[in-house]
Amino acid sequence: MKCRKCGAPAVINMRHHKLALCAAHYLTWFVQQTERAIHKYRMFTHDERILVAVSGGKDSLALWDVLLRLGYRADGLAIDLGIDDGVYYSEHSLEMTQAFAAQHPETRLHVVSIPARYGESVPEVARRKRRVQRPCSVCGLIKRHEMNRVALEEGYDVLATGHNLDDEAATLFGNVLRWQCTYLRRQAPVLPANDAGLARKVKPFCRSYERETAAYALLRDIAYIYEECPFAVGATSLEHKATLAQLEHDAPGTKLHFYLSFLKARREGLFSAEQQEGTALHPCQKCGQPTIAPDLCAFCRLWGK
Amino acid sequence: MQVSYRDKRWEFDRRMPVYRLLEKLSLLPENVLVLRNGQLVTEDQPLQPGDEVKIVAVVSGG
Repeated sequence: MKCRKCGAPAVINMRHHKLALCAAHYLTWFVQQTERAIHKYRMFTHDERILVAVSGGKDSLALWDVLLRLGYRADGLAIDLGIDDGVYYSEHSLEMTQAFAAQHPETRLHVVSIPARYGESVPEVARRKRRVQRPCSVCGLIKRHEMNRVALEEGYDVLATGHNLDDEAATLFGNVLRWQCTYLRRQAPVLPANDAGLARKVKPFCRSYERETAAYALLRDIAYIYEECPFAVGATSLEHKATLAQLEHDAPGTKLHFYLSFLKARREGLFSAEQQEGTALHPCQKCGQPTIAPDLCAFCRLWGK
Repeated sequence: MQVSYRDKRWEFDRRMPVYRLLEKLSLLPENVLVLRNGQLVTEDQPLQPGDEVKIVAVVSGG
């Protein structure tokens, strides 16, 4: 298979795009695709400060790398969740992130340690809250809270995450299976900031397949953590990804069409204007972050004894 | 050829294209990338005895 641009041996074939590219042209193409998504969804400009949530995985480090190559003012945020489970997962994740940051002295890496700041690791909180079987929900809650807190406290204009198309399609698939409209109406490439204290959130890789972000990281020699989070084993999102991968194999482009058709339906009025506005938020009595709860937000309730 | 995928290892002594190897291992090409002697290759590329093949899983999440 040859590169469509130059005829050199291709390193990747993207059946969904009917496109095979060599390493050099793939790296250029991938960066351009990301920039196109940033512009199309008006995610941010070169004047704004971006905080990239980095886990040490391929997606977030690739995103940080792409944004820096595009000349954006992007710093990183690593959250040490205290996940060990015999494989030192959080420790390795942080090492990967710090190694990347060390190669880019023009950026800054913020590190938040959940055990140091709040006195318990994510697995410890999950055990105490009897959510051992599903610690991912606790983990997600903690990460969302801390990402928003740091973005606001440090004065960033926007918070960027490495969610890719496969993540978005799997989330959409799960929410459609249960018709969870509250979640569906919040799924978008850009979640705008609001006065209640939510930072703008963007997903520049939302149109990029997971295989594409991995290929970018490999070709750029970005060292990332290959191991899966030990608590992700059996996660529903992985089951949904497996189902979608089979559909994609049988009909290339299925995931992209599924996601983009959802975004189009949103634009064309899938949800009413009232639904789009969502529920009114007000500040949590303890941390000040927005919540729909009458007193404490879900994060602060997590730490209550 | 020596093949590795996650914590598994295989040895094959027959020449075959990448897509055939993935079929043998019941892996969808959409879920992996294949490195032959450290270089990323497409599914039509031949794998020879003596090659070192690393299959990288691309799926993550939880």
